[in-house]
Amino acid sequence: MNSFYKKNGPVIATFFLVAIIFWLIFLIVIPQLYMLDLSFRPNLPPLLRGGPDDVYTLTHYKHFLYGSETSKDAYNYVDIGVFLDTIITAVLVTVINLCFCYPIAFYIAKLATPNTARLLVLALVIPFWINELLRSFAIRILFAGEGVINNILLELGLITTAVNFIALDIALYTGLTYAYILLMIFPLYNALETLDTNQLEAAKDLGSSTVRTHWRIVIPHAKAGIASGCTMVFMLTAGALATPVVLSSPNTYWFTQLIYQWFNMNDNWSRGSAYSIILLVVSVTFVLLMMRLFKVTIGEVVR
Amino acid sequence: MSAEVELQNVSIAFGNFYAAKNVNVKIGAGEFFSFLGPSGCGKTTLLRAVSGFLEPSQGKVLIDGQDMSGIGPNKRPTSLIFQNLALFPLMSVADNIAFSLEVRGHDKTSRRKRADELLDLVALNGQGDKKVHELSGGQKQRVAIARALAVEPKVLLLDEPLSALDLKLRQKMRTELRAIQQRVGITFIYITHDQGEALTMSDRVGVMNDGELEQVGTCYDVYEAPCTPFVATFVGENNAFFGKVEKVEGGKVKVQTGGSSFIGQAGLGLDNKNYKFKAGDEVIMFVRPEAISLKGNSKKAQNSFSAEVKTIEFEGNLKNIFLRSAEDVDIRFSVPSSSDTSGMEPSKNVSLSFSQDNAVVLPTGALALD
Repeated sequence: MNSFYKKNGPVIATFFLVAIIFWLIFLIVIPQLYMLDLSFRPNLPPLLRGGPDDVYTLTHYKHFLYGSETSKDAYNYVDIGVFLDTIITAVLVTVINLCFCYPIAFYIAKLATPNTARLLVLALVIPFWINELLRSFAIRILFAGEGVINNILLELGLITTAVNFIALDIALYTGLTYAYILLMIFPLYNALETLDTNQLEAAKDLGSSTVRTHWRIVIPHAKAGIASGCTMVFMLTAGALATPVVLSSPNTYWFTQLIYQWFNMNDNWSRGSAYSIILLVVSVTFVLLMMRLFKVTIGEVVR
Repeated sequence: MSAEVELQNVSIAFGNFYAAKNVNVKIGAGEFFSFLGPSGCGKTTLLRAVSGFLEPSQGKVLIDGQDMSGIGPNKRPTSLIFQNLALFPLMSVADNIAFSLEVRGHDKTSRRKRADELLDLVALNGQGDKKVHELSGGQKQRVAIARALAVEPKVLLLDEPLSALDLKLRQKMRTELRAIQQRVGITFIYITHDQGEALTMSDRVGVMNDGELEQVGTCYDVYEAPCTPFVATFVGENNAFFGKVEKVEGGKVKVQTGGSSFIGQAGLGLDNKNYKFKAGDEVIMFVRPEAISLKGNSKKAQNSFSAEVKTIEFEGNLKNIFLRSAEDVDIRFSVPSSSDTSGMEPSKNVSLSFSQDNAVVLPTGALALD
């Protein structure tokens, strides 16, 4: 701390300290703690809050697992189903995203000439100047019954009737995968850029095929970048709201939509908080488990 | 099993820039051949062309008589050792060495066995399970060599492998590399800018300058009988007297330089014949520092001149004496440190001499920059 102050001078150092503490505590820690607290309180009208009925309770968590008191089912199949659906879809989207972004990141990092690399990065970044909602709607238009893709396929004679991409969840997967490609490409690019190109040439000189070179040399080197990208994509996909709303079909439901309902339509902020905490805890646990499985530490991911 | 490598009229261009111009050389099977030249002379480019990472813009690379055009590095019977070694940091030493065998589908036990054999060959017994970063510079060198030898290539290509090592280690590795080459018996093509390395290790040396192969020959040829002023000044130290030919008599050339005339031998050209000079030709007379002595010390020295001592350098076993002759030419010569240099102090004038047989006259040209 002392060396930090000496290096940057008192004014700047104090500013940094205050800014970071403010940001961490007031914008992240306190809201989360408040939400955690709220999730254990019953949903009382404003007048009764703070009164004798305001005790800690697990009723919201119970509702997630077992449903309401009036339901005949053993468990809250609807809510749990939506939750699992969301998590599994988020995992699949992360994997697809990785498969899609890895070659692109590798090409930009290792194979493209500087000019081509710059053009590619530009082409990737510019669409993101348009906000997420508009992009999601654009994808919806592409995949609609009378949309561009159906028209092209019909013209080419590959199909005879329009395909309902939205009901098949293809639109959803496409939209979610595309939404976060930058978050996957840049950590991958950073990790791949530090790889010594001579190693790739040495592997080739020793007879290695492209697949083996990637499997044995490139991917182990880029492990931290892959972990970092996957973590961010997974967390953001599981917690996405706008894109799933725009691109979902009547039979798909995103867990965040449930949370939104509790907050805005049912005015049950406590229950909404409980559901948010559930999503947060499970997502974080899942990510930590995956990191353990692939032997990546937090330090590496953050870098 | 080793192979001979031939470069026929090889030129390599990057846009308008020629990294290699019309290189012709035949390297024999089992030979230790070095390409020697300053940075940027095109030797790395040539090596990459032989290994298959580059295709020549013109000309052909032949290995054992077979044209290698279009054949990639993984299909050629060559192995390349990179300047920064390019060892795989996340694998153990044994895995690094056995990588090429893993690629070819050998099973784990036979791979480990071969890795251990190679570790013995390069004197790294028992280090197989260590990680690469745990090794010293010299040890990493040897792992790189073992890795390249694992697939039993016919030609081993080495890209300035010793440049990152300190002096003592470099000298030790020179001997070791030569020993390994003799033991394994394959062709080594070595590139370096260090002429000490090239001369001590190689059977033959090819001196390169600015993309052109100026001279190919044994170490003695290249040192005692340089073909061009560049070779004369790049390989070892040389004193250069610029001048004009006065007359040619028998095998001797009389050169007028500054205020004096010296007599020397006409140098050998690339066609292995002495240059034919005539009066008035612009030439340079080269005299090696060790061929210069104090006048009177040697009876055979017919050429003599006087010079003023500028500085004396102590280099351990030698003393390097820098002088300026009456004709404003920088001269240097060396004596063993033990010899008597009492007459030589800065700004003292001394008389020096050298024999006709030790003076090589070459057509004028660019010298190697210091």
